[in-house]
Amino acid sequence: MTASPWMLAGLQALLYALLAPLLVGCIRRMKALLQNRRGASVLQPYRDLYKLMGKEARVAHTASPLFRAAPYVVFTATWLAAASVPLIAVNLPTAMLADLIVLVGLLALARFFLALAGMDTGTAFGGMGASREMLVSALAEPAMLLAVFTLAMTAHSTNLSSVIDSQLAAGLVLRPSFLFALGALMLVAVAETGRIPVDNPATHLELTMIHEAMILEYSGRHLALMEWAAQIKLMLYGVLIVNVFLPWGIAQDFAPEALAAGLGAVVLKLLALAALLAVAETVLAKMRLFRVPAFLNLALLLGLLGLLSHVILEVGT
Amino acid sequence: MAGTLLLALSAVGLALLSALIACFTVREPRLLRLAAMPVFGLAGLAAVAAGLTALWQGDTLTAVLPLGLPWLPWQVRLDALSGFLLVVIGVVTFAVGLYGPGYVRGLEQGRESLPALGGFGGLFLAGMLLVVLADDAFMFMVSWEVMSLASYFLVAFHHDHAANRRAAFLYLLMAHVGALAILLGYGVLASFGGGFGFDAMRGAELSFGWASIAFVLAFIGFGMKAGLVPLHAWLPEAHPAAPSHISALMSGVMLKVAVYGFIRFVFDLVGEFHWQWGVAVLMVGSVSALMGVLYALMQQDLKRLLAYSSVENIGIIFIALGLSILYLSTGHTTLGVLALIAALYHTINHALFKGLLFLGAGAILHSAHERNLEQMGGLLRRMPWTGLFFLVGCMSIAALPLFNGFVSEWLTFQSALQAWQLESGVLRSLVPVAAATLALTAALGAALFVKVYGVAFLGQARSRHVRRARRPPLGMRAAQGMLAALCLAFGLLPTMVVATLQTIPLQLLGAGIPEATAQGWLWLTPVAAETASYSAPLVAILLAVMAALAVWVWGRGAVRRVRPGDPWDCGFAPPNARMQYTAAAFSQPVRRVFGLLFHVDEAVGVREDGSLRHRLEVRDRLWDLLYAPVARTVESAARRVVRLQSGSVRIYLGWTLITLLVLLWIIS
Repeated sequence: MTASPWMLAGLQALLYALLAPLLVGCIRRMKALLQNRRGASVLQPYRDLYKLMGKEARVAHTASPLFRAAPYVVFTATWLAAASVPLIAVNLPTAMLADLIVLVGLLALARFFLALAGMDTGTAFGGMGASREMLVSALAEPAMLLAVFTLAMTAHSTNLSSVIDSQLAAGLVLRPSFLFALGALMLVAVAETGRIPVDNPATHLELTMIHEAMILEYSGRHLALMEWAAQIKLMLYGVLIVNVFLPWGIAQDFAPEALAAGLGAVVLKLLALAALLAVAETVLAKMRLFRVPAFLNLALLLGLLGLLSHVILEVGT
Repeated sequence: MAGTLLLALSAVGLALLSALIACFTVREPRLLRLAAMPVFGLAGLAAVAAGLTALWQGDTLTAVLPLGLPWLPWQVRLDALSGFLLVVIGVVTFAVGLYGPGYVRGLEQGRESLPALGGFGGLFLAGMLLVVLADDAFMFMVSWEVMSLASYFLVAFHHDHAANRRAAFLYLLMAHVGALAILLGYGVLASFGGGFGFDAMRGAELSFGWASIAFVLAFIGFGMKAGLVPLHAWLPEAHPAAPSHISALMSGVMLKVAVYGFIRFVFDLVGEFHWQWGVAVLMVGSVSALMGVLYALMQQDLKRLLAYSSVENIGIIFIALGLSILYLSTGHTTLGVLALIAALYHTINHALFKGLLFLGAGAILHSAHERNLEQMGGLLRRMPWTGLFFLVGCMSIAALPLFNGFVSEWLTFQSALQAWQLESGVLRSLVPVAAATLALTAALGAALFVKVYGVAFLGQARSRHVRRARRPPLGMRAAQGMLAALCLAFGLLPTMVVATLQTIPLQLLGAGIPEATAQGWLWLTPVAAETASYSAPLVAILLAVMAALAVWVWGRGAVRRVRPGDPWDCGFAPPNARMQYTAAAFSQPVRRVFGLLFHVDEAVGVREDGSLRHRLEVRDRLWDLLYAPVARTVESAARRVVRLQSGSVRIYLGWTLITLLVLLWIIS
């Protein structure tokens, strides 16, 4: 018995939305254990979302209609971007719909509205967050695209399904370009998802905030959507890294056993990545804003090295 | 003479008629908005109709006009490329025709000369249309000069400000240096082809050296008009100085005419390609794109900012053109065609969204009398329609999916990603670096337009006249709405646009990209279906479905009420308008990170009354490096020549005699 591809694509999109809070809960729990705290249950993010959904939303009287529309745009664009990244199976139609560059574009769409929403109420912190977010993303995007280009030029395709297929077909080959690209993508992921050392998701100090500063004015269901979108984005980057660079285990046909194996594999890989992130966040300190460009330049350099080592060493082999 | 060509020439006629009507506005100022502007818009409509027919029919029409020199009558030709430019010119012109009446109404009581505005506006349009239709170098140069001179008078329209006079002079100067280079370029082709007709030039057999000389001259000439770095200095001065609807035409259309000239010269007349040219165009394009967006981020004047952003977008077009030349020179025709289509797509996209944004800036100027971003804020509440359309323009130019700017950048990236097919390792690594520059540019562009929209339309008004902004008249809103709808349409139906644009490379290079549209109108697959695909309609539908789902889930059961209140702002006192982030503050991180590229002069001081004062001046480094030395040299040379001016007739006669003798000696 095989399921229809579009149904599977829908299922995958739902999985992203449903599993993203769990991933965040796991990371928080791991961090707590590493820091000798007991920590909240891994289900806490679900409880938070549920609580926020039931609360009344407060909107500043200085806000325009854009303020209320932005959470929906941010959530939808992020969710669609996530849906185009193969989670448990390749060759789904959503990967055809939006390739790697569209994926970057959809994330840019979400960020655009996030930043505008930050500026909408006319508070100082909102503008500050928006300005910083746009700087960080402007420096991160070329690094990300360079890493993506390395993948795309190896696979001769920007379609994520094809990229993963070609990875699987090539078998376990150690390519220097992929190592560089992996490094670049990891640094970019840390910056784009607002993790330590670029931004601190748990900060309470307004002057150091980036992402939190933009959503300071949100409450109730709007805040829930913004938080959920951020969680999906984190999961998106995690899946992108593990499924593109270590795709083994992902389902190549739509048989139920293969799909179950794919789900199991991706959960294990994500947990390993989450552990890595928790350790990194525990041992690293947040850096000053103007150290971030150096951090992202490193990502850019790694991306460039990856690309150059690809075009010089690997083309034609 | 075929009907299409007649229609195109009637567009020129209508433009001239509009100029003629404007001459009578000395007596009757209302004529400008009641007759001249509508005729102007009609000219645009005629141009669109002629251009679309030429694009869809795909054949070439020629005719000879009974004008010009006795032995060199003007030849006109309408092929797919000219037709495409007619569409670009016509769409923006039509929008300006709708927009103009409301905008010029405010000028009727002023001291400015209405005949000059309408008259030179009509001539400007006629010049642009004739440049595109010209089929010989003579007519091309005459129309080019008409276009340049008419726009000079439009730049100098508000001539009571010294800065505008200076901008107009700089514009005139650089336009003529550029025209000289173009003339010399045509001269090279004409001397090898044996005639000033474009047909003769196409047949010219050029050695690599001469072809390169012609190419460099054309690149300088057209690049100067298009505003490529480092020849861009006039652009951010001249474009903002003109009235806003003219700025829309200059930035949206005139720059495209320069791009047209470059494509006509290199892809059609020269007709051969060398990888060195491709590398040069690619690098100049990358530098222009990056510098353009960085300088734009530093601006606080909305119109200046938009003008710098034009430099960026022209850079993006030239990146795609450079890729095209590179691929064509190495025998990858299909890829070259793909890059050319990306360039053409971005050409019309930039016309649409830059036209829209300049019209929006004009609407703000009209309603709030403000160009400085630092005084704006909260305009979305006062001008909701303009705010909505401006948002569409910002999203398009920031290359966000579903809008048109994204499609052309996506196509450019796709053609850059085929660089692995190139044989040379150096070129193979150069192209991705250019693509990374493009990515950085796109991301900075998004930051730029977050700044523009966030500071101008969101938040609270920063000054009293902005708080009391009036609603712009219906015509102005309709023009913006039309351009915004077109931005969305070009973003949602890219397959149809690409299918139409294919006629141009089919005529110029004899090849198209049939693969791109092979999967039906839903799917855009530039190289092959398995290589890359983008389905804008499906992405739009899915976004809508998912958003509806989110609204449905969120709207049910939960508390739906929204309680208004003061902004929280972490519990400090309710923020006032002066506590908002300003435009200069927004770009401060970028200023700091990329500080080496600018002359930043920033200081915080204390005034005598104890209040704080912040001074910020950002200047173009290229101005000191490139322009100032040239200006100094010219001035000192002029000072030396001035010694000849003694005032004595006998000495002058002596000089004349010596000159004559030298000339006789040379030709003998």
